Amino acid sequence: MIRARGLEKRYGRRVALAPVDLDLPRGAALLVTGPNGSGKTTLLRLVAGLTAPTRGTLEVDAERGRIGYLAHEPLLYRELTALENLELYGRLYRVRERRERAGMLLERFGLWEARNERVAAYSRGMTQRLALCRALLHDPDLLVLDEPYSALDEEGAALLDGVLAALAGARTLVVSTHDPGRLRPLATAGLALA
Amino acid sequence: MTASLRSLPGLALLAAVGMGAALVLALLVAPEDADQGVSQRIFYIHVPVALTAYLCFGLGAWKALRLLWTGEQRYDLESYVAIHQGTIFGLLTLVTGSIWAKASWGVWWTWSSNQLVLFLVLVLFYCAYFMLRFSLEEGPRRARSSAVYALFGVVLIPVSFLAIRLAEDFIHPTVFTREGPQMTGTMFAAFCAAWAAVTLLAYVLYRVELAGKRLDADLRELREALQ
Amino acid sequence: MTYLAAVAALTQKDLRVELRARETLPALLLFVLSTLVVFHFALPEGAGEGAAYGLLWVAIVFTALLGLARAWVPEQEHRVLDGLVLAPCDRSAIWLGKTLAVLAFLLAAQAVALPAFALFFAPLDGAALAGVLLADLGICAVGSLMSAMAAAGRARELLLPLLVLPLAIPLVVGGVGSAVAPEPDRHLLFLVLYDGLFGVLSWASFEYVVTE
Repeated sequence: MIRARGLEKRYGRRVALAPVDLDLPRGAALLVTGPNGSGKTTLLRLVAGLTAPTRGTLEVDAERGRIGYLAHEPLLYRELTALENLELYGRLYRVRERRERAGMLLERFGLWEARNERVAAYSRGMTQRLALCRALLHDPDLLVLDEPYSALDEEGAALLDGVLAALAGARTLVVSTHDPGRLRPLATAGLALA
Repeated sequence: MTASLRSLPGLALLAAVGMGAALVLALLVAPEDADQGVSQRIFYIHVPVALTAYLCFGLGAWKALRLLWTGEQRYDLESYVAIHQGTIFGLLTLVTGSIWAKASWGVWWTWSSNQLVLFLVLVLFYCAYFMLRFSLEEGPRRARSSAVYALFGVVLIPVSFLAIRLAEDFIHPTVFTREGPQMTGTMFAAFCAAWAAVTLLAYVLYRVELAGKRLDADLRELREALQ
Repeated sequence: MTYLAAVAALTQKDLRVELRARETLPALLLFVLSTLVVFHFALPEGAGEGAAYGLLWVAIVFTALLGLARAWVPEQEHRVLDGLVLAPCDRSAIWLGKTLAVLAFLLAAQAVALPAFALFFAPLDGAALAGVLLADLGICAVGSLMSAMAAAGRARELLLPLLVLPLAIPLVVGGVGSAVAPEPDRHLLFLVLYDGLFGVLSWASFEYVVTE
C-alpha cells in the first residue's frame, strides 16, 4: 500500500527527513518511533499527502478521500461545535449518512454529551478525541496518526486502544508514538527514525 | 552547465559592443527630431528599455507557468531572475521617462503619460513580488506562490493599461501631447539597433544573474554535503 | 453538483464562525463609518462630488483589506486548512467558499455605509452601485487568494495590502468611472472583464498556493 525509496524532505537547507525506504502492505500497522526532530511528523505528512518529497519516491495506494489523518493540531474550527465540525467534514468527504456516523463516533469516544459545545470550550483531551472522530469519520482505508495518545487521559487512551484493535488488519495504519509499548501488540512493522 | 557559462563572456562582449553602437547611432547618427530637438534622443533608450521590461515580465510568467506545470524547481530561480531583471528595467523606464518628461515639458512627472503611469503600477506590483518572496520560507511553497503572483502580473499589464485609458474619462489630461515619433529611415534604423542592443543586454544580464545564483546554490549544497 | 455543495458547506461554515466570533463584521462596519466621518473633515468646502466618490473608493478598498486580512484566521487556528486541503473536494472550492463569505461581509458593511454616503456626500445611481458590486467581487476574489498567500509567511498584515493594492487600482478606476463618467457602461464592462480574468486566474491557481 505504501512504497518509499530514498524518501527525503528538505526545507531549503534544513533536512526535515533523512532518506527513508519503506514497504508497507495493505492491512499492516507501522509504528514510527524516534526522538523529537527526527522527522516523524514530516514522514506522516508525506504519507498523508500534505507535502511532496524533495527527493526520492513515494507511492501511496489510496486516494485523498480514503486517507484519515490525525495531526499534532486538531484541525477543527474553534468556533463551531463538535457536531458542526463533523458535519462540515462529512459534507466535504461526502460521507453517507454522515449524521448517524458522526453520532456513532461521538458516542464511541464519549463526547456525545458535549456534542453541542464549541471546540473552544473543550479540554485538550476532548479536542484530541474529537480530532480522532474527524479522522475516522469517512471510514478511511489508510489511517495516519501522529502521536494519537498525546493529551489523552486513561479513559481516552483505553477507548483509542479499542478502536485501533478493531481496525488493525482491516485497515492500514501508520502511527507515530513516544510510547511504542502500548501499540506493540498490533504493530506488524516498525520504523525507527534517528 | 559549463557549456552555457562558456558562451557568456562572448555574449557580454557582444552586448557591450551593441550598446556602444546603439548609443552612437542614437546620439550622433540619427537626425535630430524637428519638434522636440535633442531631448527626443532619449526615446531610443526609453522605449527599448520599456519593451525589454515587458519581455522580462513575460519570460518570468512563462517560467512560472512551467514551474506550476512540471513542478521542476529550477524554473523558480529562472522566473525569479527574469522578474528581477524586469523590475530593474521597469525602474529604468520610469527614470528615462522622467528625464524625457523633464526635457520635453519641464516636469519630472506627468500623469498624462499612460506608459509612465502603467509602469508605476507595474513596478509597485513587482516590488511586492520581492516582499512576498522575502516573507516566505524557502521551498516549494514559496516557489508556487511566487509563480502564481508572476502570472497575475502578466495579466495585470493589459488590464492596467485599459484601466489607465479608461481613467481619462474622468482624469482630464493636461495639455501635454506626444505623438509617436514619425521616424525617418535612419531614425528607425537607430531605434531597431538600440532595441536589439538593449534586449541583448537584458539577456546577458539574465544569464549572468542566473548563473551566479545557480553557482551559489551549488556551493551551498557542496558545503552541506561536506559537513 | 458536489463541487457547489462543498462550496456551500464552506461558505456556510464561514458565516457561522463569524456569527459566533462576531469579530469581522462589526470591525468592518465601524471602520467604514469612521472613515466617512473622516471624509467630512478631509473634504474642503466646495470640493465637489468627484472628490467624494474618490474618497468613497479609497474607503471601500481599505475596508475590503481589513476584511481580507482576517479572512483565513479561522483556518490558521488549529491548522484547519490542512484538514480542508486533505479533503477530496477540489481545492478551488475552498477559495470560492471563502471569497463568497468575505463578499457577504463586505456587502453587509456597505449596506449601511453606502446609504450613509449617499445621504451626506453625493448621490449614488444604479451604475455606481453596479460598479460597487462588480468591484467588490473582484477585490474579494483576488484578495482571498493573496490573503492565503500572505498567511503562510511572516508579516502577513504588512504584506497583504502590498500584494492587493496594485491589483485594486483597475477596480478603483472602474468603480469611480461608473459613478462619475458620462458613459458608465464602458467602466462597468471593464469591471466585468477584470472579474472574469482575475476570477478565473484566482480560481485556477488557488490549488497551487495551498499545496506543496
